[in-house]
Amino acid sequence: MSLAFELLLCLMILGTAAAALLMRDALGAIVFFIVFGNLLGLAWLAIGAANVALAEIALGAGVTGILLILARARLKVLQDDLDAPATATWLRLIAAAICAGLAGLLAAATLSIEPADKLGDRVATRLPDLGIENPITGVLLALRAYDTLLETFVLLGALVAVWSLAPGGTRSQAPAALAIRDTAARTVAGVFGRLLLPLALVMAAYLVWAGSDLPGGAFQGGTVFAGGLLLAALGGAVAPPRIDDARMRTAIVAGPAVFLAVGFGGIALGRFLAYPDGFEKALIVAIEYFMALSIGVTLALLVAGRPVTPALPDRED
Amino acid sequence: MSDTDYVVSALLIAGLFFFAAGSLGLSRFPDAESRLHALTKADNAGLGLIALAVALYWGSVAVAVKIATVWLFAILAAGSTAQILARSAREDEDSRP
Repeated sequence: MSLAFELLLCLMILGTAAAALLMRDALGAIVFFIVFGNLLGLAWLAIGAANVALAEIALGAGVTGILLILARARLKVLQDDLDAPATATWLRLIAAAICAGLAGLLAAATLSIEPADKLGDRVATRLPDLGIENPITGVLLALRAYDTLLETFVLLGALVAVWSLAPGGTRSQAPAALAIRDTAARTVAGVFGRLLLPLALVMAAYLVWAGSDLPGGAFQGGTVFAGGLLLAALGGAVAPPRIDDARMRTAIVAGPAVFLAVGFGGIALGRFLAYPDGFEKALIVAIEYFMALSIGVTLALLVAGRPVTPALPDRED
Repeated sequence: MSDTDYVVSALLIAGLFFFAAGSLGLSRFPDAESRLHALTKADNAGLGLIALAVALYWGSVAVAVKIATVWLFAILAAGSTAQILARSAREDEDSRP
């Protein structure tokens, strides 16, 4: 891509980041944060990192944006003060100094990587043994599987944390239905959601399958699945189940559990998370499908929030 | 430049014109309904023209079908959200004293 385009993109990223930080109105700041995430995704695409671009736009801008908007709506219901009071100048200066220092360190670390470093080659020489062509999937699921395993547990832990905020007596209830209250608007959202949910499933399955050779993977596929579920929920086509529903709980833990089981199976071969020869790709694809299912359901439930008493819905649409 | 290049350039410029008009409407029109009108009508026309330009530029049927699918989902999403947003805006106006 041309230099002019990249410079413009950099300026727009810095501009939207500054707007998101400096804006006093919470909704305006969230909107700029979402635009910032999408532009950052374009920047990743411009340097050829389609995998990261997909994750940034789907998770960084999409899911995080929805969570922030819902958090704002919830704070409004609680009549919490949404406008932060002005910060003292000395505090701002300290924050600016710390952030500038961090940015400087990151820049120094990035620039210290030799352009001719052989890491890419070393990954590339090991990929044929795995039967996988996408180097990012290779690193995430084979060479650095430990990190990815822990990430899936972080997501599970976040959902447990949200559920633990439920007031007593609602532990066996469902989260508040996300369906839009206005009847005609719900019908519009319902038609769109019913059309999109099966297509999102196909797209998610494709993204996970393609992930072993092309950009894609469990996190990208899982987020598309979550998006389909949420759109269907907005139109009332699907409703979040009770949080003690056995099938849903199975779906949530399936990814981390299968990953962990394969990891322990590796101990029999001498090392935690070692894949048996000849079965690397089959195991990696299996783990990715279970992970995509868990990630999709978990993300959708994170947006749906904590369980509530059915008679007293406490969410503002 | 070949004939295709001229057509692609013309389509891109026309698409950008519609996007610019839509954005101008979004920032200048007085109420939510007319802003949505500017966004959904003008921007979708702009998107269609740019999608056509991209499909012609790549000159492959497979890419053209993919671009057409993207375009179809984008206008479906835009149409659905415009309906929902307009209803929500009207509710806000009704509840205002």
